[in-house]
Amino acid sequence: MQLDSTVAPNTPLAVNLRGIRRTFAGAVQAIDGVDLQVADGEFVAILGPSGCGKSTLLRIIAGLDYADVGSIEVLAARGGDQRIGYVFQDAHLLPWRSVLDNIALPLELLGKSRDEREAAARWAVKLVGLEDAATRYPAELSGGMRMRASLARALVAKPKLLLLDEPFAALDEISRQQLDEQLYRLWREQQITVIFVTHSIIEAAYLAQRAIVMSRRPARIVLNHRLDLPLQRDATLRTTVEFAREMQTLYEALEGGQRINSQRGSNP
Amino acid sequence: MNARRILQNIVPPLVPLVLLVVVAEIAVRAGWVRSFLVPAPSSVLASLLAESDLWSATLDTATSALIGFGMSVVIGIAMAILLSSSNWIRRAFYPYAVFFQTVPIIAIAPLLVIWVGWDHTVVASAFIVSIFPVIANALTGLLSTDPALKDLFVLYRASHAATLFKLKLPFALPHIFTGLRIAGGLAVIGAIVGEFITSGGIGGSVIISRQQNRVDKVFAGLILASLLGIVLFAVINIVGGLVMRRWHPSERESQ
Repeated sequence: MQLDSTVAPNTPLAVNLRGIRRTFAGAVQAIDGVDLQVADGEFVAILGPSGCGKSTLLRIIAGLDYADVGSIEVLAARGGDQRIGYVFQDAHLLPWRSVLDNIALPLELLGKSRDEREAAARWAVKLVGLEDAATRYPAELSGGMRMRASLARALVAKPKLLLLDEPFAALDEISRQQLDEQLYRLWREQQITVIFVTHSIIEAAYLAQRAIVMSRRPARIVLNHRLDLPLQRDATLRTTVEFAREMQTLYEALEGGQRINSQRGSNP
Repeated sequence: MNARRILQNIVPPLVPLVLLVVVAEIAVRAGWVRSFLVPAPSSVLASLLAESDLWSATLDTATSALIGFGMSVVIGIAMAILLSSSNWIRRAFYPYAVFFQTVPIIAIAPLLVIWVGWDHTVVASAFIVSIFPVIANALTGLLSTDPALKDLFVLYRASHAATLFKLKLPFALPHIFTGLRIAGGLAVIGAIVGEFITSGGIGGSVIISRQQNRVDKVFAGLILASLLGIVLFAVINIVGGLVMRRWHPSERESQ
């Protein structure tokens, strides 16, 4: 079995996608032949232009959508317990529930006992630093706080695999930066596999160990690149030459991916 | 609500009312308008106070309207849940719900007497007129659930019941209350139309008063009927505000 060059052989895989194709009704081809392997414990960013099908790819991994062709193996989804956490583009909290009750929702749906729910929700709310707002309602929170509650909700069932779909795109620069750092710290502490979909080159380079760059729709992988950056990431990293070089690599791939498909589109 | 806001909200609508009452009183007393066409406001007030049968009639109408309204709420929401459960069911039955709404109640009221009997005609009439807005609005609400939250419920393998009670119904509440506000007023109208046939309640009192040329009492009945609608509307608004005070943006802004 030939694995993706950037995943070492014999590494346990969290996600193994082979030849994924997905066409929507009306013959809109969203994904055109994607192979993707993600190792256990890895942090992978999927970078691509808006509307390129990267969200669809994430939904397929989560089991919320299906592939027309191709094989999907998501090890975290095996077994009875729910082991996938999912963070959407906006917080999408239930407005009639307090922060703590929102965070406990996944456990409630999984049929956990009240005590277990309470304890896990307290743990998760602390994890994202929202203890002080635990009894407040979503309408009373800032966008950044809502997003943190949403992150805590995704983590409350202790997932092995965390999927994030442009999660902080709607936030201001400062809140986004804070949440990026918080997410990075969580990844290092919690030993989870993270797949992070974004259209921000800075975010991808700052967070991920490996970046997958996708072309315009129909999405294909144009670059599968291990970022050569230190594991310790902080604000100073962004001003380094290495960071600038990685950003340049990602930028060129992203631009190339746009060009390839525009040529394909204009000259079928 | 502080005194200033009460003044701002209550005084402006009172001004045209007072003007109208004063002008009507002067017009009737001066003989510009004959009192068997438009009664003097003072005589309407007098019959409101003197005719105790008007108040018991109002109580009858209120009871029938409330029972009809309650049935609309329960059965209407249940039907909306059923219609929202499958595209096929919705396509098959929703057109009939729309058609049902266009049937003029005044024309089927006599039929109701045959079908449900004199005792139940008024309630049935209130129910038939008020159920459609409940179904239509609840259905809209149930179909407008946030797709991301639906995904979340799928991800955690929520049961149908959990998805309905923890997601879809609460999400539909603002729409449901919009439907209830409309249905409340319609239930009062439906009850009065039913009473035109059965001769009870405010509807019956208005018919009888007209036959007796008591225009003042007809007006008194109309005022009581309007008050009934307004009270019901206000109660539904207050309940809606209490239920959704924590979360719905439109409720928060109106506070």
